[in-house]
Amino acid sequence: MDKRKEPLIHITKRGAVAPGRAWAIRVGAIIAALLVCAVVTTLTTGINPFAVFGAIFEGAFGTNRKIWMLLQNMAILLCVSLAVTPAFKMRCWNLGAEGQVLIGGLATASCMILLRDALPGWLLIAVMVISAILAGAVWAGIPALFKAKFNTNETLFTLMMNYVATQLVAYFVILWEVPKGAGKIGIINQNTQIGWLPQIGSSKYLLNILVVAVITGLMFVYLRYSKHGYEISVVGESERTARYIGIKVEKVIIRTMLLSGAICGVAGLLLVGGTDHTITTSIAGGRGFTAVMVSWLAKFNPLMMILTSFLLVLLERGAGEISTNFGLNRSFSDILTGIILFFIIGSEFFIQYKVNFRKTAKEEK
Amino acid sequence: MKKILALALVLVMVFALCACGSASQGKKDDESGFKVGFIFLHDENSTYDANFINAANAACANLGVTGILKTNVPEGQECYEAAAELVDAGCSVIFADSFGHEDYMIQAAKEFPNVQFCHATGTKAHTEGLANYHNAFASIYEGRFLAGVAAGMKLNEMIANGEFTAEEAKMGYVGAFTYAEVISGYTSFYLGAKYICPSVTMEVTFTGSWYDETAEKEGATKLINDGCKLVSQHADSMGAPTACENAGVPNVSYNGSTEKVAPNTFIVSSRIDWTPYFEFAIKATQNGEAIPADWTGTIETGSVVLTDVNTNVAAEGTVEKIAEVKEALQAGTLHVFDTSFFTVDGAAKDSYLADVDTDAAYTGDTEVISGGYFHESEYRSAPYFDLQIDGIDLLDVAF
Repeated sequence: MDKRKEPLIHITKRGAVAPGRAWAIRVGAIIAALLVCAVVTTLTTGINPFAVFGAIFEGAFGTNRKIWMLLQNMAILLCVSLAVTPAFKMRCWNLGAEGQVLIGGLATASCMILLRDALPGWLLIAVMVISAILAGAVWAGIPALFKAKFNTNETLFTLMMNYVATQLVAYFVILWEVPKGAGKIGIINQNTQIGWLPQIGSSKYLLNILVVAVITGLMFVYLRYSKHGYEISVVGESERTARYIGIKVEKVIIRTMLLSGAICGVAGLLLVGGTDHTITTSIAGGRGFTAVMVSWLAKFNPLMMILTSFLLVLLERGAGEISTNFGLNRSFSDILTGIILFFIIGSEFFIQYKVNFRKTAKEEK
Repeated sequence: MKKILALALVLVMVFALCACGSASQGKKDDESGFKVGFIFLHDENSTYDANFINAANAACANLGVTGILKTNVPEGQECYEAAAELVDAGCSVIFADSFGHEDYMIQAAKEFPNVQFCHATGTKAHTEGLANYHNAFASIYEGRFLAGVAAGMKLNEMIANGEFTAEEAKMGYVGAFTYAEVISGYTSFYLGAKYICPSVTMEVTFTGSWYDETAEKEGATKLINDGCKLVSQHADSMGAPTACENAGVPNVSYNGSTEKVAPNTFIVSSRIDWTPYFEFAIKATQNGEAIPADWTGTIETGSVVLTDVNTNVAAEGTVEKIAEVKEALQAGTLHVFDTSFFTVDGAAKDSYLADVDTDAAYTGDTEVISGGYFHESEYRSAPYFDLQIDGIDLLDVAF
């Protein structure tokens, strides 16, 4: 008999998990997360945790306006998430979405400022769309080119491009600031509304939401049913296999990154031309990084990303409400969000792997 | 398996029920009474916002109205959205505290004509022509001047102690941007010090951010290494006070006391107390009276205040001297920007067109020097003094 001691805990990979069981684990994780949140809330602040959860929903769905804003924030986050997904699926870690959104926004803003007197409104908007998409694509294309030609590390390269984009925006903000020395551009063309994307009906946000809805559908079809989508999957699984079956890997990398950047450019366009009508270094608001989580949690499935982006935006919108209602510092809602995300990400581990405890001596008998 | 699922469902339902119950409860509390909305750029960790938040809480408590405070609202679409949400929540008057909020407050003011929008530090109310949009500021240059007097006293004391000669009396200043508010601030501070210590000079560095602890600390350290004997700042973090404390260099602060982080170097701080304006605007809204497009608080209204002088660090007689100068300012016998106090490129100024009606080209439009002094914060509430006077050396003007 084997006398070696069995370890107390060992982890084995599960086989295929039935979807029902997987979802049960996920729901269980969320409940566990809420319980931990409740305990943490009570212990640290003495506030009734249910009131805090209520505030999260109040912040997200309390009024019509709040629902619109939830959808708008979701749309932009989803747009950036959709942008990074084809690259991720190819195992090309585009962490430069933040910069690609910024540079798309900067292109949009510069058109609005420099061409406002030169072009009629509709033509200006057309130029804005093209330049935002091109700017985003170029920003992603540069690291892609280096990866394809010289096999540079795209993770670092795209990350560094973020800082370049931020500094470029900072430079132009100072260049175009009003009034002198303020370090702010303010709303561009506030009185003339030249270069503002058109408003559909009475809602400021409907256009953005519709655009992103269309992109979501197209991305789903592109990844699942097109030849490009297939090539992306193959390159992601194994570059050697891809080469063996005659896929031009360099071409796929560059093409996919260009697409990734172009959609980020669209997100920048929607932010600057559609809602904010200004450009600041923080206009992307960290979405380029949150998008990584949205995309991963959804396992790169565009339709699932609707759900994951909804979840993250719900937490974010709720967070603001918590700090307003209870006078708590915003950091507190960050703690709650952290706990919930920790459990959700953790649940994916338990879906993939099984934890086995050593059988006690009693049982062995 | 089924048991677990059932348990999970029950738990979810309990949570959902409780959530609904408490949400409706929360609403009940604010159903009665007058509501006031506040929008802040950061939270209480920024000295600038903390100063506003304290004033908001004080004004609401004094007047018995409900204040709804939104913190960490960026200077973008979020500001308009926060304002719109506050309107939805039933606020009759809404305040915002950061310069970059202005355009979004105007956007909201246009959409909600029945709600009063009051914006601190903005410049556009007098040209925008909206009945429900207003700017406010304070004659903080007077407070800065008084703080400068405390700095001058300290320099004189150090010179008398033989720590350095009168010619070496150099101060340092950490500013945010080369914006009129900052220029007006450091110039009045310098003039206050020069009023007491005539040989003083000053170096100014800019961080390019209103709140950047690292940059402010580095800026102050650079000035200290450059031979500055005393440092002041117009930036919102504890960066500069901390650097001064580490180097043992006296510091004159802004926005409130920084004695906690710098007990051995903090002298005094000037700040704007926003409580009088908040109370004024809330009362006017309650009574249906018009709020002026520009409102400038003064020493008289209680808007321009100094913290207690830290007598461990300040020179002897500082408190008395400040009181004396303050009296002269209030009486009108002394003007901060008296044209005999400063020169520009070696010559005294007797005329200057300031950019009071903001435009992209910064063209001057209003004569602001008359009667022997520069009339700051009179033609609009926000400062517009942007002359670069002799004796002050700008180290970098990138921002």
